[in-house]
Amino acid sequence: MNTIFSVNGPVVKVRETKDFSMLEMVYVGTKRLIGEVIGITSEETTIQVYESTTGLRPGEPVEGSGMPMSATLGPGILSNIFDGIERPLKQIEALSGAFISEGANVSALDTYKKYDVTITVSEGDQLSGGDIYATCPETPVIEHRCMVPPNLSGKVIWTAENGQYSVNDNVVKIKSDNGEVHELTLCQKWPIKKSRPFKERLPISKPLITGQRIIDTILPIAKGGTAAVPGGFGTGKTMTQHQLAKWCDADIIVYIGCGERGNEMTQVLEEFSELVDPRTGKALTDRTVLIANTSNMPVAAREASIYTGITLAEYYRDMGYHIAIMADSTSRWAEALREISGRLEEMPAEEGFPAYLPSRISEFYERAGYVQSLNGAEGSVTIIGAVSPQGSDFSEPVTQNTKRFVRCFWALDKSLAYARHYPAINWNDSYSEYIDDLTNYYDENVSIDFLKYRQSISNILLEENKLMEIVKLIGSDVLPEDQKLVIEIARVVRVGFLQQNAYHKDDTYVPLDKQFRMMEIILTLYDKCKKVVASGIPVSAITETGIFEKVIKMKYDIPNDKPEMFNMLTVEIGQQLKKITADA
Amino acid sequence: MSLQYIGLSEINGPLVVLDNVEGVSYDEVTEIRLDDSTKRIGRVVEISGRKAVLQVFEGTNGLSLKNTKTRFMGKPMEMPLSPEILGRIFNGAGRPIDGLGEIFAEKTADINGKPLNPVSRAYPRNYIHTGISSIDALMTLIRGQKLPIFSGSGLSHNKLAVQIVRQAKIAENSGQDFAVVFAAMGVKNDVADYFRRSFEESGVLQKVVMFLNLSNDPIIERILTPRCALTAAEYLAFEKNMHILVILTDMTSYAEAVREFSSSKGEIPGRKGFPGYLYSDLASLYERAGIIKGSEGSVTQIPILTMPNDDITHPVPDLTGYITEGQIVLDRGLDQTGVYPPISVLPSLSRLMKDGIGEGYTRSDHADVSNQLFACYAKVMDARALASVIGEDELSELDKSYMNFGKMFEKYFITQRPDENRSIDETLDLGWKLLSLLPKAALDRVNEKLLEEKYDPHAAELFE
Repeated sequence: MNTIFSVNGPVVKVRETKDFSMLEMVYVGTKRLIGEVIGITSEETTIQVYESTTGLRPGEPVEGSGMPMSATLGPGILSNIFDGIERPLKQIEALSGAFISEGANVSALDTYKKYDVTITVSEGDQLSGGDIYATCPETPVIEHRCMVPPNLSGKVIWTAENGQYSVNDNVVKIKSDNGEVHELTLCQKWPIKKSRPFKERLPISKPLITGQRIIDTILPIAKGGTAAVPGGFGTGKTMTQHQLAKWCDADIIVYIGCGERGNEMTQVLEEFSELVDPRTGKALTDRTVLIANTSNMPVAAREASIYTGITLAEYYRDMGYHIAIMADSTSRWAEALREISGRLEEMPAEEGFPAYLPSRISEFYERAGYVQSLNGAEGSVTIIGAVSPQGSDFSEPVTQNTKRFVRCFWALDKSLAYARHYPAINWNDSYSEYIDDLTNYYDENVSIDFLKYRQSISNILLEENKLMEIVKLIGSDVLPEDQKLVIEIARVVRVGFLQQNAYHKDDTYVPLDKQFRMMEIILTLYDKCKKVVASGIPVSAITETGIFEKVIKMKYDIPNDKPEMFNMLTVEIGQQLKKITADA
Repeated sequence: MSLQYIGLSEINGPLVVLDNVEGVSYDEVTEIRLDDSTKRIGRVVEISGRKAVLQVFEGTNGLSLKNTKTRFMGKPMEMPLSPEILGRIFNGAGRPIDGLGEIFAEKTADINGKPLNPVSRAYPRNYIHTGISSIDALMTLIRGQKLPIFSGSGLSHNKLAVQIVRQAKIAENSGQDFAVVFAAMGVKNDVADYFRRSFEESGVLQKVVMFLNLSNDPIIERILTPRCALTAAEYLAFEKNMHILVILTDMTSYAEAVREFSSSKGEIPGRKGFPGYLYSDLASLYERAGIIKGSEGSVTQIPILTMPNDDITHPVPDLTGYITEGQIVLDRGLDQTGVYPPISVLPSLSRLMKDGIGEGYTRSDHADVSNQLFACYAKVMDARALASVIGEDELSELDKSYMNFGKMFEKYFITQRPDENRSIDETLDLGWKLLSLLPKAALDRVNEKLLEEKYDPHAAELFE
């Protein structure tokens, strides 16, 4: 029997054994804490333990499980909340009360709950990896499709009747080519650090529609894409993630609270169960899974939480769903890597982070994508990772390395947040590389003018940015009238368009059409004002009519389902400006 | 009777090493008895085969390789608890130092605590009235929140903390008990005394549990101080159903103690020499605030930290800000102009505020007023920056009115006497009056109906 030799924080070492394999899951000590083998030499095997090691002593047994750290995949994942290694927190609560104690041995999925299973294959069918053999309604909005594990194939030799089954019940038997019989249940296991296979990657072509104007219009993200949200504390990273989780048009949301606040997870839990999904009319929790490793939970499990989350996402992707992952925050994951690396006395690279940090980050983001799965269904995984730069300094290693591997960068800005301009995404520092990929979509589904308008809006902001340099030095009074107008219009864009109120019933989610009409109004206003100003009327005269304020308030005044009101606004702009010209 | 080990094999800073020990567990407490029969407490921080590394809380002064007898207690560090701890004073390691004898323990609890299951938490929503306008209106304190004060040496954070304790109506309407747990880590003797006297004057001393690790006390003991305090707080809150306000001061000294301990262990340093696990370590303290479903009590934390060189990007304030639910930032510039409390409004924030204000909690117009005040005050800063370049006279009329608003806001809204307790109505009405100094069109964050009702330029004329 192998026994513990040394304990140092979450790192445990075993001496002189050849029994373990790399990344194998092991049970450590008499409490059977869950750990993972992370280093093997001829002298000692190093294990990181996913739970608190308090009370562990040398001489206690260490037992291998013979398989890598795996996630259990099957019905019951959705609307659940798990810890970093896929243990349901509700069951842990039932077991150990409000405070989590170590060694809680609970199964990931509810093994008693019966699902209404429909078998979709019949005897004699030839199945290969990824093929669907049974379906059941997992929640009112998501149908769960049980798939043959990717590495199995064979002929169906027995099927159960349609009916009520629980996750571990055998529903189909297949015989593989070498004559082995495999019993398929409703669930399967998959190692969390290995990406699930698919047939092929498809080109990215559809946006992930979020209802947030600055994202959908100015900095869009595609389904199957990757985005990073860096920002110092208090700039609204979590708020942005919550908004996206609530409103984006993915089928399923995987929300990973990685090293963040306990109260935030509670908030997501409470809020999502009360909120109604506008597309399905059911509770948001029906399409959400939460993974919570709060900042005071064991650090090694923090590393695992990211992998557990993405494995669950890939599983649903293979069924043909579109998944969005919110990882809040990837910096805590990187810090967990650093902490473990320090305990292993590895040579640090930048700022104490291990040299393999960039490769781990890229491996994670590369698991996103729009794919055709083994069974031919189309699905996607979109990753939106928050980054918490130390000291709000974007040049630190985690932000820099993340920037290299994502194609959308939503930089949150402290000064915008201080002015309570939310979402505090800085339009000058952020970028999205998906515009070209999405051109067709916007042309066909919104309007051929959408991207043209977007460019005009961006140009106004850019011009304002230049003018502000001058204003900062000499004040705005000395600018010529046409430049004063640019500054006024840019204000309309910032306050009326980019700024969005998450607590307003209409403004919290704005459909693409309305976003388009809003841009149109602003640009019409700009065009008409330009003419008025060119005829020698000062900008202050236009300001006095209150037309700018009227346009700024259109986000509240015009409900999402009444686009015809935009026409009235256009008419009003025309009348007001005509009046000034006439008066002058 | 457990085994005693005679002698040590190595002493290095606060750490000692024992060879040939058996059956020792990680994180276990040890008692080290010296020849002169004084006792010191230690803790196992690393075991490797039969070698154990211990951390000695009272320091290793006077220890030699052979004048000690070490006994392993077989369990992690625990603290005796009973309702009697109210009104008592303990040292940093949880031993009574007020001469009133030991605690007759109802139970003992591991001072490291255990992580609170997010499923068992209740989301904090009840507002705590502090009577301080800037806090109540702009960064509302919520029961169960952790809201630190970021300060600098020489600023009035202690005065502010005392005012909060004195005025905080933490148990309003519920008829429940409230109490204060106060932990001093590396603070000066007179600071600790100032708190004690202030508690006494406001008649809450019998409701205060004090843990004192002063600046001349052993540094390693400082690592235990907040843990003992929070264990006491959790016990009173979740087992005795009390509302507990925990004040931890000074977290910077605490973090420095962690750094000192880490470097003597020979760990790889991260930023500014602090160990890589400082985030997890601080989180294991700050996360011990909150409310549990089904329990009547709550733990609210107000940690105080001094930013070295007033630098908010220093690792201690930086990591704290990432864990806590907002922050109250004090500003030296305001302090120098005589503003008390010198709260720098713009970088201050309360994350839980949005769900604890408005109809049913404070007043329906609260969110509008506070957003508008924040937005206008941000404009004040722009106007001031501009004025410093082109001079105040050259500013546009709008910018001039912002300058005036800024001055009045600091003079009448932020400033208040240390014994002034403003009601939430007073505070919000004051906010509206100040906003009325600005042209109506500049107020773009408030609902129009409210604006019609509350905008009153005549009231604003009273400010001078």
